[in-house]
Amino acid sequence: MLRIDCPHCGPRDEAEFTYRGDATVVRPGPDAGIEAWDDYLHLRDNPRGWTVEWWLHSAGCRAVLKVRRHTVTHQVDAVAVAGGRPGTDRA
Amino acid sequence: MAGYSGLRILSEGLRGNAGWRPAWRKPEPRREYDVVVVGGGGHGLATAFYLAEMHGITNVAVLEKGPIGLGNTGRNTTIVRSNYLLPENHDFYEHSLKLWEGLEQSLNYNVMMSQRGVINVFHNDAQRNGAIRRGNAMRLAGIDAVLLDGPGVKAMCPLLDISNGRFPVMGGLLQPRGGTARHDAVAWGFAHAADARGVDIIEHCEVTGMIVEGGAIRGVRTTRGEIRAPKVGLAVAGSTSLLTEMAGFRVPIESHLLQAFVSEGLKPMIDCVVTFGAGHFYISQSDKGGLVFGGGLDGYPSYGQRGTLREAEHVYAAGVSMIPALGRLRGLRSWAGIMDMSPDGSPFICRTPVRGLYMTAGWCYGGFKATPGSGWCHAWTIARDEPHPLNAAFTLERFREGRMIDERGNGPFHWMH
Repeated sequence: MLRIDCPHCGPRDEAEFTYRGDATVVRPGPDAGIEAWDDYLHLRDNPRGWTVEWWLHSAGCRAVLKVRRHTVTHQVDAVAVAGGRPGTDRA
Repeated sequence: MAGYSGLRILSEGLRGNAGWRPAWRKPEPRREYDVVVVGGGGHGLATAFYLAEMHGITNVAVLEKGPIGLGNTGRNTTIVRSNYLLPENHDFYEHSLKLWEGLEQSLNYNVMMSQRGVINVFHNDAQRNGAIRRGNAMRLAGIDAVLLDGPGVKAMCPLLDISNGRFPVMGGLLQPRGGTARHDAVAWGFAHAADARGVDIIEHCEVTGMIVEGGAIRGVRTTRGEIRAPKVGLAVAGSTSLLTEMAGFRVPIESHLLQAFVSEGLKPMIDCVVTFGAGHFYISQSDKGGLVFGGGLDGYPSYGQRGTLREAEHVYAAGVSMIPALGRLRGLRSWAGIMDMSPDGSPFICRTPVRGLYMTAGWCYGGFKATPGSGWCHAWTIARDEPHPLNAAFTLERFREGRMIDERGNGPFHWMH
C-alpha cells in the first residue's frame, strides 16, 4: 500500500487517491503536429525506478498532486500540489 | 522418440519409470543464431515453436532471465476465449482459440485445455444490448456466442445470486468454446515441442543490451555473453519498455500490476468461467479444486510484482456480491504480474523502428488466451519481415494514424483498459 503525504491533508492511505497519469510528459501546443501529440498522448518512458506522476486526492481535498514515486519499491519521497515543483515542502 | 502417450505411461510404469528424460535440453548459448527470441514465457516459446514448425527456421535461441514460465505465464487466471466486439480483435483471438483447440496434438503435450464455457453476466438493459451487439458481431465472424437469460445463467452456475437486490443478473453472453487451460503446461509444452525441433532454450540468461548498427539489429548482449542474430523478437510482457529503451526507442506502454487469487481447495462448485458485469471480477475452478479469480488493475505503474490490499478487497467484495457462497472461503494465495498496458487495450505484434527487431507486446491483461496466436503471428512477422493480415492492425504507429483498436472505448489512458 502507498502512503501519500498530501500537502493539504497530511499522510493518507492510497485508497483515497486516484492515479491520473505520467507527469513527465508535457502537453504540446495545438499546432505542434502529429508526432508531438503522439508522443504526449501515447509514448511513455515507463521507467523501472523513480518517476513523477499525477495523483488526484479524490476522497480528500480533491487537489491534483504531483508525486515522485519508485515503481519497484513503491516508495513516495516527494509530493507537491500541481503547479508546484516535486520536492517542495507542504505549504 | 520421446513422445508422450497413454501407451508410453503404461510401458514406463512397467519399467520403473526409468525411461523419462527432461522435456527440454539445457544447452550452452552459441555465439550466433538466425533468430533470437527474448523472453521464455508462453509467447516467446510459442514464437520459437511456430518459427520451427511453420517456417522451417530452427536455428533459434529463446533467452530467459530466470527459469521458463515463471513470469506472467505462471501468474494469470488461465482463461481462454475469443468473445471480442471489434473485428481486429475477434479475428485474431478466434485464430488463437482454434490453435488452442489443436494445441495438444501439435505439441504432443497435455495442456489440459478445457472448453467449459465463458459467461459474461449483465445486469441492466444497456449491458444486455451491449452483450447482444457483441454476440452478433462474433456470430457474423463465425464465432460461437449464445445469449442466456437469468434462469439460463442460473442453470449453468447455480451458486450465482441472480436476484441480488443491488445487481440482479438479467442474463449473460456465453461463449461455449471458451474455457481454461493449464498455464504451466502451456509453457512446458511449447518448450518441449520447440526443443524437439532444434530450438535452444537458454534459461538464466538476461539480456543487458541490444546491439544496433546502422539502424538494424545485430544481436543482444546478455549475462552469458554476446549473442548475434540478424533478427530478434521481443516477447517480454511488462518489461518491453526496458528492452526497447536499450534499442533506442520509446513505446506506447505503461507497466501496471494485476493481481490474481486462489482459494483453498473445494469440491466442484463452478464448472464454467463466469465474469461479473457490475464490477471487475472473473472466476473459475481449477482441476485441483481451488477457485481461481481476479479483477482489475491496481491502478498505477509498477514493476513490483506484488499487489495492494485495496484491489484485493475490491475483488473479494465483487466475488461475494456475485456468488454469496464465497463469503465463507479462505484465500490461499495471491500474486501480481506486470502488465504491458497499451493506450487502447490492444496488443502490438509488429516490426519496430529498428530493422530486424520485432515484438509481441501490449497484451494488457489478456495475454494468456493469445499465447498460441501471438506466437504464430509473431513468427510469421519475423520469418517474412511483414505482418500476417491477422496482426496487420497491431502496429506501434496506429495511434499516430488514428487507427486505435479501443475495445472498451476508454481513450488513450493506459491504466483504464
